[in-house]
Amino acid sequence: MILSARHWFTKIRAHIDLPLLLIVLILMAAGLVTLYSATYSDDGSRLSSQAINMILSLLVMLAAAQVAPQHLLRFALPLYLLGLTLLIGVAFFGIVVNGSRRWLSLGVVRIQPSEIMKIAIPMMLAWYFHKQEAVINAKTFAGAALILLVPVLFILKQPDLGTALLVGAAGFFVIFFAGLPWKAMLGLTVAAGAAFPFLWDVLHDHQRRRILTLFDPAADPLGAGYHIIQSTIAVGSGGLFGKGWLNGTQTHLKFIPEKHTDFIFTVFAEEWGLVGSAVLILLFICLIGRGLMIAAAAPNLFSRLLAASIAMGFFAYAFVNIGMVSGILPVVGIPLPLVSYGGTALITMMLGIGILMSIHTHRVLIKK
Amino acid sequence: MNDFQHAQLELKHFHRRLSVAASVMLLFFCLLFANLFYLQVTRHDYYTTLAEGNRISLVPIAPNRGNIADRNGVVLARNYSAFTLEIAPAQIHNLEETIDRLAEIVTIEHKDRRRFYRLLQESRNFESIPIRTKLSDEEVARFAARRYLFPGVDIKARLFRQYPEGALAAHAIGYISRINNRDEAWIRQSREEENYKGTEHIGKIGVERNYEFELHGISGYEQLEVNAHGQTVQVLDRTSPIPGNDLRLTLDSALQRVAEESFAGKRGALVALDPRNGAILALVSAPTFDPNLFVDGIRFDDWDELNNNPDKPMLNRATNSAYPPGSTFKPLMAMAALAQGRRRPEHAFNDPGSFTLGNHNFMDNKAGGHGFVDMARSIIVSCNTYYYQLAADMGIDNIARFMGQLGLGRRTDIDMPSESSGVLPSPEWKRQRFSKPEQQRWYAGETISVGIGQGDNAYTMLQMAHAYANLLNYGRVFRPHLVDSVVNPTTGTIRKIESQPVREISLNPKHVNFIKNAMARTIREGGVSRVFAGASYESGGKTGTAQVFSLRGQRYIAGRLREHLRDHALFIAFAPVEEPQIVIAVLVENSGFGSQFAAPIARRVFDYHFLGTEDNTPIKAMEQHDEPEGEADDP
Repeated sequence: MILSARHWFTKIRAHIDLPLLLIVLILMAAGLVTLYSATYSDDGSRLSSQAINMILSLLVMLAAAQVAPQHLLRFALPLYLLGLTLLIGVAFFGIVVNGSRRWLSLGVVRIQPSEIMKIAIPMMLAWYFHKQEAVINAKTFAGAALILLVPVLFILKQPDLGTALLVGAAGFFVIFFAGLPWKAMLGLTVAAGAAFPFLWDVLHDHQRRRILTLFDPAADPLGAGYHIIQSTIAVGSGGLFGKGWLNGTQTHLKFIPEKHTDFIFTVFAEEWGLVGSAVLILLFICLIGRGLMIAAAAPNLFSRLLAASIAMGFFAYAFVNIGMVSGILPVVGIPLPLVSYGGTALITMMLGIGILMSIHTHRVLIKK
Repeated sequence: MNDFQHAQLELKHFHRRLSVAASVMLLFFCLLFANLFYLQVTRHDYYTTLAEGNRISLVPIAPNRGNIADRNGVVLARNYSAFTLEIAPAQIHNLEETIDRLAEIVTIEHKDRRRFYRLLQESRNFESIPIRTKLSDEEVARFAARRYLFPGVDIKARLFRQYPEGALAAHAIGYISRINNRDEAWIRQSREEENYKGTEHIGKIGVERNYEFELHGISGYEQLEVNAHGQTVQVLDRTSPIPGNDLRLTLDSALQRVAEESFAGKRGALVALDPRNGAILALVSAPTFDPNLFVDGIRFDDWDELNNNPDKPMLNRATNSAYPPGSTFKPLMAMAALAQGRRRPEHAFNDPGSFTLGNHNFMDNKAGGHGFVDMARSIIVSCNTYYYQLAADMGIDNIARFMGQLGLGRRTDIDMPSESSGVLPSPEWKRQRFSKPEQQRWYAGETISVGIGQGDNAYTMLQMAHAYANLLNYGRVFRPHLVDSVVNPTTGTIRKIESQPVREISLNPKHVNFIKNAMARTIREGGVSRVFAGASYESGGKTGTAQVFSLRGQRYIAGRLREHLRDHALFIAFAPVEEPQIVIAVLVENSGFGSQFAAPIARRVFDYHFLGTEDNTPIKAMEQHDEPEGEADDP
């Protein structure tokens, strides 16, 4: 028994990437510390519930790390098809919460299929390019675009701009790393610019308002601009070294909305200042950098593309979130990875970390 | 190219893409950092100020308004605390619906709603407006339990102004009410806007208005830490307000009550003052009103009632209504004649019963005349012809100059916010008053009418009392005043308002004493002798009648005229004769002769003032035994 426990322990440990785990744990700790500051005055229960979320997500990470990439390869298509089916299901039978149709009720549990897509899309696309291996041409990229755009449009329709953006980014990163020609990218940029007026029409009113607000938050200080203004005040008043832990006046006097979820960086920046923010950004750079290193060393196209896309996915999360709370990007519902309160996103992200670990630790075995 | 080479090339491409991605990532994070640097270092001070502004809110605390008491310490205006239910309209989406729901919890009458909407129209920004005042304890408890259902609605403990004596001396004391736009302009002009930030009420008329800045006090403030919902987290700093000063009036509220009750439903005015210093002992304008109605916003129907009452209870007849003085003008004319050397007291003439100027006959008040009349007798019998002649001899400019010196036709500068200056007619006045040359022309006949207190003559009772006080005081002029002293409630320091004469008229004491004695004889021997029969003090006086309507030669029979066209009764009196302590001017509108209604009121006031006795029986119109006064036009 003892022998077998030690055997399992060794086996599990073998698939853990220590640098990655260290960065993740530091970020999570920063998250808990900030969460305590943001919520202790009104509801302390969030702290313990987030701690449980973190433990659960760490278990998910450990489990994912044990699954060899070649097994993941087999899950790619079925997972994608399942996700797509559920998305179509949402479009027809979804539950409307806060004006968005995002959830699907399966008897006792509610699931959010767009969340599955955050992992399913990069896996599917990585698998798709992996299959084509030798012959990657314009047709391949067109197929990839189709694979990506169909679910993204469904998510956009819910509407869920934040998730659509992240899913789209994750897919785009795979296509980019698969070698999408620069010319094609330039063409796409031009096409996107041309399509903007059309896209503007597709956007919902509140989405348009958020974008407009970005350019002139003071135009509506108590309406759409309120979050941005109050958040910038909090960040700016933090100064070089911050107001100190638990001393953020903007936070504690409730001027910051969603301070424990999407706006948690505001709380952090107010209390820890520019120095703290720089450390946090450095941690993300390390996390993403480690992910990119894993991709660089990955043994096959599937693992490479998947790892690079997951790593850059963290970049998309962190950049959009920090950019949003410091007032240079529109307000979209994107959490700060590993720091923001919330279980679902955390588990998805730790699944990604687990996959990165798996890719890195199974590489030797494959080479052998 | 073999598979291996192909794979190598592919890997090289992939690594290049990874470098691009890593560079883009670093670049973008640098952008974020640069932006954070801009916010947290470059613009740090700016955002700190904004954050402090978010956090700290300065809330003014209105000081307690000073109390007002009469000369004997009887409280006439004070504050009491009560609960109000208030709505902050800025925070409410649907006012009507909110009020409907509130009405299910506390009683809200139609009147309350109308008042609320009226206050809403008049209100300054961001303030909360009462929907109900003086909540019962039970109502407070009922609402408190459901407060969470009503964001923007709250119960507030407020100090209310209360006038314990109700309508007593309402015109003199005045009242306070909510600050409106005009008051705000006044506050700005007075550079008091900082001090009035937390204040909702302000004096509107009377002493409450005139001494507003004494009564108000100095605002304090609280520095509060507030959250995004405007709720107070803690008090950071507090500066207590300094309460307003108390006022001690010259008014004797008991005397005031006797005087007001004597009017018993009649319209009129009364001013009683101490000639030795100008202190006003009673100031009556009848009918009066209850100032308590105004304090928390007057209800619409109360306002309607006050405003549309034909008796005009809001009009201060004592200071703002000018009436022709009628025969009460005659002793002043006599004084003018003595002062200017136009008559000697013993100069007598045989009254022919009329005075002729050109082809116009001015009739005496007694058919056939009064016979042999000297100056004293001209006052006692109120001989018109004597004064027709005198006015013609003196000329209008001399009359106007003397009367103007005495204080007629100009403001007395009483400590009230408004006062009518009356009309002292003269060619000069006509030139200023009218624009067309034919209106500006002065006719010789007008001088004759002015001589007996008719014509364009019009003075307030305050002016009449003031002018007589100046005369009786041998020309020493004191400013009439309602406030004796200002008392600092914390230190007890007392500041006297008025004690020194403001100017001096040179009058010969012999002449003054002559007029005094003639007026004393008028009380003893004239038409009013019955009214003052049995009085243990000696008084002097003169009746008068102010014409409302010219009869054009017909005989005046009160019963035949509609009430509002009947003459006004006047009476001027002082006592004691030797050294007068009180001068009184009484006017009773549309009641006929001075001796009928006005003189009995003066008697009651004197009786109370000197003897402390009160007579509550209604004044019965005495049978007429005085000769009719006033001029009669005879073509």
